[in-house]
Amino acid sequence: MRVLETGNHLIALAAEASRVEVVPAYPITPQTQIIEKVAELIDEGRMNAEYIPVESEHSACAALVSASLTGARAFSATSAHGLAYMHEMLHYAAGIRVPVVMANVNRALGPGWNIWCDHQDSISQRDTGWIQVYVAGHQEAVDTLIQGFRITEDHSVLLPLMVNLDAFVLSHTYMDAEVPSREDVDRYLPPYKPLWKLDPRLPVTHGSVVYPADFSETRESMQLGHKNAREVIREAAREFEDVFGRRHGDLVEGYLLDDAEYLVMAMGSLSAESRVAIDRLRESGVKAGLLRVRFFRPFPTEELRTLCRDRASIMVIDRDVSYGMEGALFSEVKAALYGHADVPVRNLIVGIGGRDVTYELIADMAQKAWNGEIGDVTWGDSHTTESHRVTREMLCEFDRLFESEKEVR
Amino acid sequence: MVSFKDLPEEELFLAGSTACQGCPSSLALRIAFKALGSNTILIVVASCTSVLQGSYPLSAINLPLMNVAFATGGASASGVAAGVKALVKRGELAEEPTVLVWAGDGGTYDIGIQSLSGAAERETDFIYVCYNNEMYSNTGTQRSGATPLGAWTTTTPGGKVQHRKDIAQIMIAHRIPYVATASLAYPLDFYQKMQKAKGIRGTKYIEMLAPCPPGWKFPSAQMIEVSRLAVQSGMWLLYENEDGETRFTGGTKRIIEGKVKKKPVKDYLEMQGRFRQVLASPEGQEAEDLLEEQVSDSIRRLHGWVPEYI
Ligand SMILES: Cc1ncc(C[n+]2csc(CCOP(=O)(O)OP(=O)(O)O)c2C)c(N)n1
Ligand code: SF4
Ligand SMILES: [Mg+2]
Repeated sequence: MRVLETGNHLIALAAEASRVEVVPAYPITPQTQIIEKVAELIDEGRMNAEYIPVESEHSACAALVSASLTGARAFSATSAHGLAYMHEMLHYAAGIRVPVVMANVNRALGPGWNIWCDHQDSISQRDTGWIQVYVAGHQEAVDTLIQGFRITEDHSVLLPLMVNLDAFVLSHTYMDAEVPSREDVDRYLPPYKPLWKLDPRLPVTHGSVVYPADFSETRESMQLGHKNAREVIREAAREFEDVFGRRHGDLVEGYLLDDAEYLVMAMGSLSAESRVAIDRLRESGVKAGLLRVRFFRPFPTEELRTLCRDRASIMVIDRDVSYGMEGALFSEVKAALYGHADVPVRNLIVGIGGRDVTYELIADMAQKAWNGEIGDVTWGDSHTTESHRVTREMLCEFDRLFESEKEVR
Repeated sequence: MVSFKDLPEEELFLAGSTACQGCPSSLALRIAFKALGSNTILIVVASCTSVLQGSYPLSAINLPLMNVAFATGGASASGVAAGVKALVKRGELAEEPTVLVWAGDGGTYDIGIQSLSGAAERETDFIYVCYNNEMYSNTGTQRSGATPLGAWTTTTPGGKVQHRKDIAQIMIAHRIPYVATASLAYPLDFYQKMQKAKGIRGTKYIEMLAPCPPGWKFPSAQMIEVSRLAVQSGMWLLYENEDGETRFTGGTKRIIEGKVKKKPVKDYLEMQGRFRQVLASPEGQEAEDLLEEQVSDSIRRLHGWVPEYI
């Protein structure tokens, strides 16, 4: 079915097409439309699922985990503070090995309330054990959500999966997209067959005390799940293409890579903007290409080592920052390439808190980065002025204020 | 009336648990399982019960069991209830099993109250049992919102200066169909309450006073005796509330009806090391009076007035 819909509504429709059975959720801008649509689909009898109107995101994730452990297919959606509030349960979901899929609409974290896009929310959950994929377009959001269940429910994976889509740029813009019917999805996604579950017919204890003698192995098996996921992700993309004829890449997606000497690397919708920048650079004779990281976890280490070899220079775009260090993707890229590709890599931090990023800016900064004209880590669109800094003088001003108040008293 | 002979012989709480001697939670689990039977899914909230069930790869609990995070008792029940509903719809399960949450007072009064309240408001079909040992036992005896005034804990080294809150009444205020309190000194009363809860749709809340020998500092052989004195002194009132109507049961009923005389709170306090310090202090009499007053106040709130013979 071809529809003209927002990214958020497309996510809801894709969940419906995937025969999701339980949806616990809590509203937060800019995710709200997803769960409103789910509630509406259920109310109209178009979606055969239980909606759990939980009282917080911590509870949303708790119910997501426990519902999945009964053997039902479970889905949720959140964003920013909601995702942060789930943090404990994100670890729980991964540790108890439930194959749930959750959409996260990437939004900045306060304070300084900001509902606009950046990747700080999901990047901050990097080490929870979740599979993380970042989509760059509406159709890809639909297709990735469906593939998500196929990937996470694979018995060699069984790790929760987060589909990240950029706030407003994708969540609230309308685009026409193909939403497959449930029957079509059935040809691709088999019913969920749990490897373990909560069932009175076979009483099993889940998540009890595990001593140091065994605990490490449970965590190593999660690492193995991520390792296995790499092949399952590739397979899921191939099979999806066979059934639906669409492909958005697997762990990575390349654009004009073959003869490229200079690379831009990015995640999410900024890669779509970067494509335009690459086109412009090509027009002016620069052999530029784009390497989009779709899966941040598991990280496409092998792909990067192969695809970055013999390039002249790379610029990594981050829509996030690991404070006290640098952009998170930048760190990961360097770690992956260390000892494998001798290529200069520089970092552009842009688009924080929804700041608009144009292809002109990307093209301009990329050339500077490749020519070594900017530092290793550059806040590309920064216009920090004196008014953004808390100066010594301002602090002294407060001191004087307190002193004079004391005198008055 | 049920008698002990009517209790099923099947033991779903197996031998080999790692609980302390005289552990109230273990005994309560054993009785609860007999009342609910094997078609039950158990959710254990972080507490002593997460530990006493035994550790991986062994388990003393012969039910499908999910150990959940501290704040998630109610939400986890909502998830399981929705999950099994979906499985019944799909034809995977013939009927929805009973969903039982087992949580301590910390997981109920404090960190878990939001999630429990949410589940009750959502009318999730499950039984929530709080075994209330009036402190955080698992982490080594810290105060909770259930710790009574005067009691020593590691975070109230001079004795707690506030009263406990009345969470059963908070649950009644949710207008759920069934709320009850229970005591291990009245096991058949508890058994019947669990059975009744099983037969009612919606959220059921049952709270068991759980005198914990190491935490309350009394010999483990006296666990039932302390439980009984809690009721006899009025420090723990036994009742059930069905659709808003409160009915006293067990020892409390006999006190309210004037059939037996309520014992002084002091008798109960003196059995436990956790009150020794406050009783010996200059504020000892005041603490005792405040607790007696609170007993009267609780009876007044439940019954409407305090009969003069109490
Ligand atoms: C978020 C979080 N904070 C703290 C803890 C540590 N913790 C585990 S059990 C517990 C106390 C449990 O007290 P209660 O619910 O009364 O059960 P009891 O141990 O007394 O049986 C605490 C503080 C935790 N597991 N999770
Ligand atoms: S500390 Fe108390 S509640 Fe915990 S296992 Fe021991 S007796 Fe039971
Ligand atoms: Mg306790």
